[in-house]
Amino acid sequence: MNATSPPNTWDAYPDVNGRFGDFGGRYVAETLMPLVLDLDRAYAAAKADPAFQEELNGYMTHYVGRPSPLYFAERLTRHFGGAKIYFKRDELNHTGAHKINNCMGQILLAMRMGKTRIIAETGAGQHGVATATVCARFGLPCIVYMGETDVERQKPNVFRMNLLGAEVRPVTSGTGTLKDAMNEAMRDWVTNVADTYYLIGTAAGPHPYPAMVRDFQSVIGTEARAQMLEMEGRLPDAVVACIGGGSNAIGLFHPFLADEGVRLIGVEAAGHGLESGLHAASLTGGRPGVLHGNKTYLLQDPDGQIIDAHSISAGLDYPGIGPEHAFLHDAGRAEYISATDEEALDAFKLCAELEGIIPALEPAHALSRVGEIARELGPDKIVLMNLCGRGDKDIFTVADALGRRI
Amino acid sequence: MTKARIDDRFAALKAEGRAAFIAYIMAGDPDLAQSFEILSGLPAAGADLIELGFPFSDPMAEGVPIQRAAQRSLAGKTTLAKTLDLVRRFRLQDTATPIVLMGYLNPVLNAGFDAFAAAAAEAGVDGLIIVDCPPEESGPLADALDEAGISLIRLAAPTTDDARLAIVARRTSGFMYYVSVAGVTGTKEADEHTVAPAVARVRKASGLPVAVGFGIKTPERAAAIARVADAAVVGSALVDEVAAAVADGTPATPKVLAKAAALAQAVRTARA
Repeated sequence: MNATSPPNTWDAYPDVNGRFGDFGGRYVAETLMPLVLDLDRAYAAAKADPAFQEELNGYMTHYVGRPSPLYFAERLTRHFGGAKIYFKRDELNHTGAHKINNCMGQILLAMRMGKTRIIAETGAGQHGVATATVCARFGLPCIVYMGETDVERQKPNVFRMNLLGAEVRPVTSGTGTLKDAMNEAMRDWVTNVADTYYLIGTAAGPHPYPAMVRDFQSVIGTEARAQMLEMEGRLPDAVVACIGGGSNAIGLFHPFLADEGVRLIGVEAAGHGLESGLHAASLTGGRPGVLHGNKTYLLQDPDGQIIDAHSISAGLDYPGIGPEHAFLHDAGRAEYISATDEEALDAFKLCAELEGIIPALEPAHALSRVGEIARELGPDKIVLMNLCGRGDKDIFTVADALGRRI
Repeated sequence: MTKARIDDRFAALKAEGRAAFIAYIMAGDPDLAQSFEILSGLPAAGADLIELGFPFSDPMAEGVPIQRAAQRSLAGKTTLAKTLDLVRRFRLQDTATPIVLMGYLNPVLNAGFDAFAAAAAEAGVDGLIIVDCPPEESGPLADALDEAGISLIRLAAPTTDDARLAIVARRTSGFMYYVSVAGVTGTKEADEHTVAPAVARVRKASGLPVAVGFGIKTPERAAAIARVADAAVVGSALVDEVAAAVADGTPATPKVLAKAAALAQAVRTARA
């Protein structure tokens, strides 16, 4: 087992087989294996091609709106009375979340590969909206699989996807949430092998997805690191991000991996509380297993059946986590903690009232831990949080949780 | 060595000049008692080999019929250990019909490869098919199965080219399973004209008998495939009989065995 031994260089992961230590890999049906290997080759070629990178950068600047600002959250800092709190403002991207960073990269790759039909899974709908957006922009048909439970609780995003010309297919199998949507997308892919590109939204799935999604999302950490050096003349002491599958967190963490003095802190969704069993904290409450093409920490019962996750945030409601997080967890490079539904709601309100920013429920989980981290670090320190999405999509859920009618 | 049972069965069928009929059922579907009745009755109904599915919560390569079968099975609290119990009891009455377990990796990984392989061999399992474990990831599992004398049966698909077939055929024994359509189980129809050359390719690469499955629902399809392959596998059509029985509150066993008998008859007479 090399998962727990400290690696010499973090950039060596994953290896050629898509392994982050003991995690990752390619656990897919044989029918998909040649496609996954083909994608690996195509992505490696694109990554090494300056023309591809230049094209991507152009869209990131003029369409997505990058770089996103680094913002000193002055009133929250004063409120908590500890380290300076900075937000990386990825909620200001086009479509309102970090998801578009990855979608823009993958849609250009899909077109480069000659694929003509795009499928995706979505939980909260942010990845579905981002995928529908890039498909509209480049004129490709788009089918988004979404659990029927999520279709119900994220109606605004379903309507947005429809406006963008995407077909949203409600998934009724299982419990009708993100994991079932991912199962259904895999079933579509295995059925339509010739023309279809599966645009996975999180840093999970068979290799090369975890590495590729990380690379496309690393723009978050790369920008934030440079912006912090410019504004403060030094690196932050801790960087914090929420984790469902873990794409925004790995995008923020990865450029800081070699900066040993920077603590990396991921916040999982604890739902009704870890002890309740109704949560989505795979690292804190799960154990290693294989699902959706990769080996990673999973919520599972004693017989290896996957347990449904629970979170007020549809975007964190997933029983697994990206394999690189599993690796960083076991290697001790990153810390993983959790926040409950209630704590996230409190942070949601606090952020709106003190900073004039309505965050998505996902980063509200991260924010609910930032206060204690800031106090623990003390006044001369700096904590950086990824505000990875805006909360417009969540107002109905929040109103419901607060017992208000809108 | 239990893998001898698979080899013996294919050798006997080759001598008879016919293909095998492989019946797939889900352990614990609709419940453990009835699935044991079905399992027990399959050899007399004409099944030459049996694929016994063990349930998984997230069966990504299955169509709706087998997804629902897994849900029914899990609702009845079927576990991997209880699945092996079915095989153990079956072996008290039948020592000749090969049983191949089929499912997804996580329950097996969870049990531990070595512990699972030893328990499966002891119960009388002859082979294992793991849908989501391609050759690149199957080293530790193959080691454990080798140690226990259980065949690791690999899948080849329409997307598997010749270069890859060589990789797929490595460390496999018993037979190869050709997935006749790009898709999930029980949806598209297998076409013998495209299947025939593929079977020849897989046979050449592996030197093993080739079973064909994923797109066979009717006796006519089963017969057509039995003319070009070494075995025809039917799963969703049998599982559909269980679903129908559950829907009208009747016993599942007679329905499933009648369907199996019709399919077996078609396979047995296909080359006559």
